[in-house]
Amino acid sequence: MVLIRDLTIQCAQMLLVLLLAPLFTGFVRKVKARLLRRQGPPLIQPYRDLVRLMRKEVVLAEQASWLFRVIPYLVFAATWVAASLVPTFRTDLLFSWSADLIAIIALLGSARFFLALAGLDVGTSFGGIGSSREVMIASLAEPAMIMIVFTVALIAGSTQLSSVAAFMASPAVGLRVSLGLGLVALVMVAIAENGRIPIDNPATHLELTMVHEAMVLEYSGRHLALIELAGSLKLVLYVSLIACLFAPWGIESAGAALPTLALGAVAYVGKLAVGGFLLALFETSIAKMRVFRVPDFLGFALMLGLLATLLRFVSGSF
Amino acid sequence: MSRFDFDVAHLLAGSLVLISILELYQDRLYSLLNVYALHALILAASVAWQALVQDAPHLYLTAAIALVFKAIVIPVALHRMIVQLGIHREIEKVVGVGAAMLAGMGLVALSMVVMLRVTHNADPLAQEDLAFALSVVLLGLLMMVTRRNAVSQVIGFMSLENGLVLAATGAKGMPLVVEISVAFSILIAFIVIGIFLFRIRERFDTVDLQALDRFRGERR
Repeated sequence: MVLIRDLTIQCAQMLLVLLLAPLFTGFVRKVKARLLRRQGPPLIQPYRDLVRLMRKEVVLAEQASWLFRVIPYLVFAATWVAASLVPTFRTDLLFSWSADLIAIIALLGSARFFLALAGLDVGTSFGGIGSSREVMIASLAEPAMIMIVFTVALIAGSTQLSSVAAFMASPAVGLRVSLGLGLVALVMVAIAENGRIPIDNPATHLELTMVHEAMVLEYSGRHLALIELAGSLKLVLYVSLIACLFAPWGIESAGAALPTLALGAVAYVGKLAVGGFLLALFETSIAKMRVFRVPDFLGFALMLGLLATLLRFVSGSF
Repeated sequence: MSRFDFDVAHLLAGSLVLISILELYQDRLYSLLNVYALHALILAASVAWQALVQDAPHLYLTAAIALVFKAIVIPVALHRMIVQLGIHREIEKVVGVGAAMLAGMGLVALSMVVMLRVTHNADPLAQEDLAFALSVVLLGLLMMVTRRNAVSQVIGFMSLENGLVLAATGAKGMPLVVEISVAFSILIAFIVIGIFLFRIRERFDTVDLQALDRFRGERR
């Protein structure tokens, strides 16, 4: 009976992130449009786009190998698993033992690896440019992410997200400068990983500036739908990760009574709304930077992560 | 000493190190100056917090000196100097940002390792203050080494001195006379450097210190 209940909650969480992901993307677009004094597409536009793409036929390049056809499913599956491992409205889920920060990074890393392969597979120059840029950004962002994980793990004593969230919600965490640095670094890494504005513009098809869009240019139909859904899921994943690590209020660990679960879900949606609004505000107030400045941006994130780890060692002696 | 006192002191001293690194990142003189003013402001807050925690009222005087001279008078004076020299549009780089950052991180790590080893049976607050102060001093030195412009070298020197003040307040029982004389000698040094800046500029039409090197090379 307990097992069935836990399984239901776990499935609810998986479906929640999947269903919320396009809505979140639509929400960010809407807020951005309103900030620019435009009407903007309706909130459900991403769902409509997905349905439209699902109905369309797939156009494949003649040179495309089997890898090219398999990769959208692989990328989507890896991203979905990673997104459903992050605690959203409740910790101590059935699969929480596997919800390890390093495992989540590994899942996202393998998804990106396959996507970069797909960009190279067809042999167009656009895909090659996109893949090489994406891999460059990833190779800079991942060390920074690992540093953040080290900091959080040193403070909380675990890399498992449930126990980290429980520790962060308790008063034992205190006032830590390392956590502030880690938060800023994580936001910077999240912006880079999701290809948001200072790094990459998700709304453009201008050849000089695009990274992610160039890589997936050859995809169409249901393949493209899956890749876009994976992109939205990844954005939700990072926002939930930041919320889970640095604002773990409302995530109830014990007691699966319906009211506490509902409260957790409402708190989660509220956190997503705040995160989406801040993201849109940030994106409208900043210009995209040149590709050659990306190493500076991510180097700064790496520096913050490293500094957070070092400072943690000093205060750890107390 | 309670946990909260330690955490706030740690927060302030840690942000001082962070701002030192941010100084390395700036390539325009005005923004560098603003970051330096922030550095001095955080220093004043840190010293005031130490005064509260250690129950040492004379440290409030040090905090006030830091606030008035370092966060207000010197930045404003440097600002006017930059305008008078007409170098407010200059962008300068000797070592790239990435290399300077990496060197800075290495210095921070080095000072933590050294200080935590050397002072491992001292009071934890003094211990971490000394570790942070050493890294602020080393970062100020790095700033002086990597910059060519005389004004940014002055700012590097000033932030180095901020590290010295941080170290002095962390150690209990530093006499007031010493602190005040250090503060005034810095002010004198600032005035002398300011005069020198104008002399250099009169002579070489630039405040790029490589001109001095070239000048010396010709006479050798």
